[in-house]
Amino acid sequence: MEAREKALTQTSKKARLEKRGKIITFICISIMVIAAASILFFVISKGLATFFVNNVSFVDFITGTDWNPSKTDAAGNPLVGALPMILGSFGVTLLAACIAAPLAIGAAIFMVEISPKFGKKILQPVMELLVGIPSVVYGFIGLSVVVPFIREHISGSGFGIAAATAVLTVMILPTVTSLTVDAIQSVPRHYREASLALGATRWQTIWKVILRSARPGILTAVVFGMARAFGEALAVQMVIGNSVVIPTSLFEPASTLTSILTMGMGNTVMGTLDNNVLWSLAMVLLAMSLFFIIMIRFIGRRRKVK
Amino acid sequence: MKKRFLGIVAVIAAFTMIIAGCGNSSTSSDKANGNAGSKEVSGSITAVGSTALQPLVEAASKQYTAENPKAQINVQGGGSGTGLTQVQQGAVDIGNSDVFAEEKDGVDASKLVDHRVAVVGMAPVVNKDVGVKNISKQQLIDIFTGKITNWKDVGGKDEKITIINRAEGSGTRATFEKWGLDGATPIKAQEQDSSGTVRKIVSETPGAISYLAFSYIDDSIQGLSLDNVEPKEENVATNDWKIWAYEHMYTNGEAKGLTKTFLSYITSKDVQNDLVPQLGYQSIHSMKVERDSKGNVTEVK
Repeated sequence: MEAREKALTQTSKKARLEKRGKIITFICISIMVIAAASILFFVISKGLATFFVNNVSFVDFITGTDWNPSKTDAAGNPLVGALPMILGSFGVTLLAACIAAPLAIGAAIFMVEISPKFGKKILQPVMELLVGIPSVVYGFIGLSVVVPFIREHISGSGFGIAAATAVLTVMILPTVTSLTVDAIQSVPRHYREASLALGATRWQTIWKVILRSARPGILTAVVFGMARAFGEALAVQMVIGNSVVIPTSLFEPASTLTSILTMGMGNTVMGTLDNNVLWSLAMVLLAMSLFFIIMIRFIGRRRKVK
Repeated sequence: MKKRFLGIVAVIAAFTMIIAGCGNSSTSSDKANGNAGSKEVSGSITAVGSTALQPLVEAASKQYTAENPKAQINVQGGGSGTGLTQVQQGAVDIGNSDVFAEEKDGVDASKLVDHRVAVVGMAPVVNKDVGVKNISKQQLIDIFTGKITNWKDVGGKDEKITIINRAEGSGTRATFEKWGLDGATPIKAQEQDSSGTVRKIVSETPGAISYLAFSYIDDSIQGLSLDNVEPKEENVATNDWKIWAYEHMYTNGEAKGLTKTFLSYITSKDVQNDLVPQLGYQSIHSMKVERDSKGNVTEVK
C-alpha cells in the first residue's frame, strides 16, 4: 500500500526528465535573449553618447554632408554628417535588390516550374555553394574584374555605386533565389491543377496563379536579400571607393555606413567623439536591420490571414 | 538517459578545466613578475593594436616562444586606437601603435611608457604610366589639396590625377599628412584601409596616387622622390626623407616580468638586425637622428 502511494505521489522519472529538459531549453533561450538585449543596450548607449555626451545635434548627424570627425567647423561643431553614407547604403541596397529580384524570381520559376529535375539536381547545389563563399572573395573578384571593367568600358575610376551594386547583386542572388524557390514550392498543388483544368496555359498559370499566391513569400525573400546587402561590409568596402561625398553619378566613389564603420573602428580611441560617432553609425545600421525584420514579420503575418 | 546526462556533466567538467587552465596561466604570469631576474621565463602576455606592426610582433613572439617554451605571447591586430585604449585601461600588457600616444586624442599619454621597436618610412606612390619620378613637396601638397588635378602640370602625361587616401585616423595617413603634406588636409577622395589593396589599386588605376610604407613599394608601382630626395632607408636614417614614423609598443607604467624581457628581446641586436629588415621595417639602431612627439629632431650620440 505504502509503496503504491509512494509511486503515485512521487514525481516519476519521465516527469523529472521533462522538467530537466524545460530548464535546459529555458537557459538556452534566456542566454539568447540576454545576448540580444545586451547588444541592443550596448550599441544604443554608445551610439547615443554622441548626442548626449558630445552634444552633437541628431538632425545635423542625419542630414549633414560633411564627415570629418577629427575636425570642427567654424562654429566649433564637429563635422559628423552621415547623410552621404546613409544615401550610399540605401543606394546600393535598393539597386542590388532591383536587379537581383527579377533574376531570382526567373531562376526560381525555372527551378520549380519549368525544369524541376535539373533544378533540384544541379541548380540547388550551385545556389548553396554561392551562399557559402566568403564575402572577401566576392570583394576581391569585384576589385579584380568588375572595377577594371567599368573603368575601361564605361567611365570614371571604376570604383563606385555601380561596382558595389554588381558585387552585391551576385552576393544576394542565391539567398533571394533559394527563398523564392521555397515560396513557389509551397504553393498548393491543387492551385496549379485547377488553373490548368480551366484551360489556362502554363505561362498564365505561372503569372496569374503561382506568382500571385507566392507573392508574400517572394517579398520576404527580397527584403531578406536587402537586409543582407545593407549589412554587408567587406566586399562593398573593397569596391565602392569609400569617399564620403554624395556622388553625382553611379561611377563615382561613394561610401556606405558599413564601409566607414569598419575602416574607422580600429583607429579611434574609445570614449572620444571619433569613436562615439562610429557607434552612432552602428546604431543607424541596427535600426535599419530592425526595420527590415519588422517588415519581414509584417509581410509574413499578412500571408497567414489570407 | 543517464548516460546522456553524464555526457553533459563531462562536457561541463571539461569546460571548467579549460577555464581553470586559463586562470592558471595568468597566475603564472604573476609569478614571472615576481622573479623577473631568473632565467626561466614563463607566463602569458597579450599585445594588441597596430596592424602595421603586427607582423613584426608576431614573428618576434614566435621566435621568442620557440626559445622560451613556457612563455606565451598573444598578438592581435585591431588598430592603433584599439591598442592605446586597451593598454590604457589595463586590459592588455602591450599596446601597439603607429603614432605617439600624445598625438591621439583621448589618450592619457603620461601613464604610458613608450618603447620604440622599429622605424617605418613612407613614400608617395603613383601608377607607373604617369611618367613622373620626382616632384617638389609643394607640388605634392597641391596634388593632395586638389590644386593640381592633371599629371601634365608636374611634368608627366596628360592624365587626370586620382587620389587614394588612407582611412581617416589611420597611422599611415596621420604620418603622411604631418610630414608629407606639412599638416594640410587633403581633399575628399577615395579611402582604402589595407596597404595591399592600396598597392593593387594604384598599380591598376591610371593616374592614381597614394602613399605606402617602403616595404609595400615594389615593381608594380612607382615611388616618388620629393625635392630630389629618394625614398630610401639611408635618407630616413638622416631625416633627409622626413616621412617616417616610429612603431611603438606602449606599456601601462614600467614594463615588468615577461613584458619587460620580451620588449628587450625585440629591441635586441639579433632581432633588429635580422627579423626587422627581413619584414620590411627599419632597425631602430640604424637611426642617426631621434624625433620626439612634438617633431623635434635631435642627433643620436
